[in-house]
Amino acid sequence: MTFDHIVAHPGQWLRGDGPHDKIVVSSRIRFARNLKDRPFPGWAKKAERLKILGEIQDHVAAIPAMDDGYNAPLQDLTALQKQILVERHLVSREHASKSAGSAVVISHDQQLSIMINEEDHLRMQSLLPGLQLREAHKINNEADFFLEDRVPYAFHPDLGYLTACPTNVGTGLRASAMVHLPALVLAEQINQIVNSVGKIGLAVRGLYGEGTEALGNLFQVSNQTTLGETEEEIIDRLVKVIEQVIEHEQNARQTLLERRANMLLDQIGRAYGVLGQARAIASKEALNLLSVLKLGADLGLFPESTQLAVDELFMTTQPAHLQLGEKKEKLSPEERDTLRADLVRAKVKKIPEPDIAKVKPAGSGKGKKMDP
Amino acid sequence: MHCDVCQKNDATVYLTQIVEGKMQKVNLCEHCAKEKGVSDPTGFAMADLLLGLGATQQIERGGQPAQKCPVCGFTQIDFKKTGRLGCSACYDTFADGLANLLKGMHKGLKHTGKMPAHLSRRYAMADRVKSLETDLQKAVKNEKYEDAARLRDEIQKIEHELQA
Repeated sequence: MTFDHIVAHPGQWLRGDGPHDKIVVSSRIRFARNLKDRPFPGWAKKAERLKILGEIQDHVAAIPAMDDGYNAPLQDLTALQKQILVERHLVSREHASKSAGSAVVISHDQQLSIMINEEDHLRMQSLLPGLQLREAHKINNEADFFLEDRVPYAFHPDLGYLTACPTNVGTGLRASAMVHLPALVLAEQINQIVNSVGKIGLAVRGLYGEGTEALGNLFQVSNQTTLGETEEEIIDRLVKVIEQVIEHEQNARQTLLERRANMLLDQIGRAYGVLGQARAIASKEALNLLSVLKLGADLGLFPESTQLAVDELFMTTQPAHLQLGEKKEKLSPEERDTLRADLVRAKVKKIPEPDIAKVKPAGSGKGKKMDP
Repeated sequence: MHCDVCQKNDATVYLTQIVEGKMQKVNLCEHCAKEKGVSDPTGFAMADLLLGLGATQQIERGGQPAQKCPVCGFTQIDFKKTGRLGCSACYDTFADGLANLLKGMHKGLKHTGKMPAHLSRRYAMADRVKSLETDLQKAVKNEKYEDAARLRDEIQKIEHELQA
């Protein structure tokens, strides 16, 4: 598989269907693994990193799921290509800053990607659409079973898989889900959710912004501890919490529809209007308005195809994706804002005006009495 | 307000994270925020960052101050600087100090999850050898030499497999 193929065919997590995919955008499972008694990538000299890479790269590429996959040492990728992989969630930002001595291997369906010599010798991750943490875990596990017979893992009978950072030791597992919670943000209930999830050892973070001011109302829920519980226990706990978060978001949506329908329609209408007419739009504003448009699509105000269009815009309006296909070496922020607006306008133009009848219950008198 | 990492530049990035009901705050300048990968939430853990801001001093109290990993040459000073260890053997070298650090970080100190299949077979075989050795001692004590010979052969067979 070539890099151009990846560019032309975004991974299934973006296009595909999954359980609860209206609220859970994607599920990710990551394992950290290392070679026994060899310096971790951050401590190894370049020659040693190259040697370790040479020892494991072929084994990684030989994983059955990697058949007809993408396999490249990082020095072969341009800065822009690395950034594209970051925006596709196929490599971490840290990995994108690496060069000779590191590599990335991506499966043909882009569900599995393995970073070699990131912070650990091996970082394998599976990414699926919707709430599919257990399924993603299975994909990761199979790759791990294949490698453990071929690569001498650093494993300690008490501490489990040994990792460069002590925060990952044990299972080396980070399970996370990206969730879209616009109604909880609009209803100002998001802080409660973030706090209560935090109390049980899981973390909620904004995906693009910081703290609770998440851009695009996208949040990432993940486990924070890796030692003392089995993989299944960690994942089960996370799934239970995410299911509750989904329920809260659904309730918040219902409540907004019943009690503050006009405010909701106003927000959605404004997002539709601005995105359809803007001539220059910054990333932050675009993400926030796209999120509201996505909510409108979830509520049935727009045709079903709108969901995919909006999800794609979340990705294609990121800086590296905007730069892609541009002749000019490096776009200025102003040029990016113009280009972003062009892209968004073209897509939004194809979406019909919000179908307000879908929201107002029949005979509700245009929802007037519902408004506070 | 100064940046918590470099202590020089003005902080412009303010991070707050709530884990287990404890609020943690870190203020960073733009340069350090970028360097620590703060703008990439998928790869960024607050704990990692805090690790570079004092938590690493905890391992100093445990071991000898000039301790050096015999496998990779890593020292505690390096850990203080980077918040990362040098190699897997560092977990044994700095075991005493790390235990404190891990206790505050995780749910327990004993891994209960997955292990490589070949290792779990080895652990099972090692356990079997131990129990056979106990039986062997008993057999010798009770002068059941036929049993003892059989047990000795079995132990040798497993140990041979373990070495292979």
